[in-house]
Amino acid sequence: MTKLRIPYGPPDRLAHPPLDWPAYKSTALRAPKRPLVALPHFLGEVTGPVLGEDRLGPLDHDLTRQHADEPQGQRIIVHGRVLDGTGRPLPNTLVEVWQANAAGRYRHQGDQHPAPLDPNFSGAGRVLTGADGSYRFITIRPGAYPWGNHDNAWRPAHIHFSLFGTAFVQRLVTQMYFPGDPLFAHDPIFNSVRDEKARNRMISSFDLDETVPEWALAYQFDIILRGPESTPFEDEQ
Amino acid sequence: MRLRETPTQTIGPFFAIMLDWPDGCYAVPEGTEGAIWLRGTLYDGAGAPIPDGLLEIWQAGADPRFARCRTDPDGGYRFLTTRPVALPGPTGDQAPHIQLSVFARGLIDRVVTRAYLADDGPFDDDAILSTVDPRVRGTLVAQPDGPDAYKFDIHLQGADETVFFDV
Repeated sequence: MTKLRIPYGPPDRLAHPPLDWPAYKSTALRAPKRPLVALPHFLGEVTGPVLGEDRLGPLDHDLTRQHADEPQGQRIIVHGRVLDGTGRPLPNTLVEVWQANAAGRYRHQGDQHPAPLDPNFSGAGRVLTGADGSYRFITIRPGAYPWGNHDNAWRPAHIHFSLFGTAFVQRLVTQMYFPGDPLFAHDPIFNSVRDEKARNRMISSFDLDETVPEWALAYQFDIILRGPESTPFEDEQ
Repeated sequence: MRLRETPTQTIGPFFAIMLDWPDGCYAVPEGTEGAIWLRGTLYDGAGAPIPDGLLEIWQAGADPRFARCRTDPDGGYRFLTTRPVALPGPTGDQAPHIQLSVFARGLIDRVVTRAYLADDGPFDDDAILSTVDPRVRGTLVAQPDGPDAYKFDIHLQGADETVFFDV
């Protein structure tokens, strides 16, 4: 088992936002203040839970078919690949998504935005990636919604993603955005990622090839998890 | 060549519509021989309980354990799992521990900590714990709390701030 010593490189520090980000007010009392303690990688860090087919329901991949009728809003396909930092696809890994409905309201008791709930939309989906690391959801485009962070604060439309990869150190929770959103410049969560190229990796791209005629637009969102090597990042060379 | 990573973003306040699993807090079913409860409260920097957090436990090894639990309205959480086992480390085995990830609105990234069970101590020679400032090492030790149960409060900030690891 000792051969599993440190196969993962350090995290991509330029990609990930700092915990302490005053523009996002909820960080004020929640972001730890002390420096983090370095943890070397052993079995507990380079392995992770195996979450398989038994976690999936038959319609978990199609958020438009989980109720008696179709939800309101624009039907879309969201697809992409889950890769590690070396470009290797990550097969059979759990991808979970959750989102607001087309009106910008979550089916959650804590969401007090005065926009309608949709009886035909739960806003939650789950798939496993295929052998090539690919995944595909059918859903509706979520609406933007207001929040209390600052005066006239609105979140850009987004879909939450939760991924495990194959190792504890690859665990990622992120948000997928849509191209060209006018709210990007005003959103402190999006802008907590300080590097513009890194921010752009959270924005899906419109995909005409996967768009299904007469039926649904497609967006592509590839997700890169931490890689098992410490070679330099591509744009540092 | 390395591909650049997709950045992390906060889990936000509404994750429970997806991530609140029916078997959430149970890494093992009730009645499992030798099972223990790990339980406690998640606090913010003002000492207020956090009612919208999500915790995940991970115990690697031949018989791995994983579970996730969202905090209740009083910031409380509880996991039913088995006693952690020793795993290889830099200088022989590491002391047994339960690895935890904490997610919440206001945490842009998860934070990672470890619960060591007090009666597995002392941990003076442990390769990981010996790198932690002795004045705050106690924040990583879960104390016995009734039969087959341990209490492990997590403070994201403040005088009692828990030690978090950079993984």
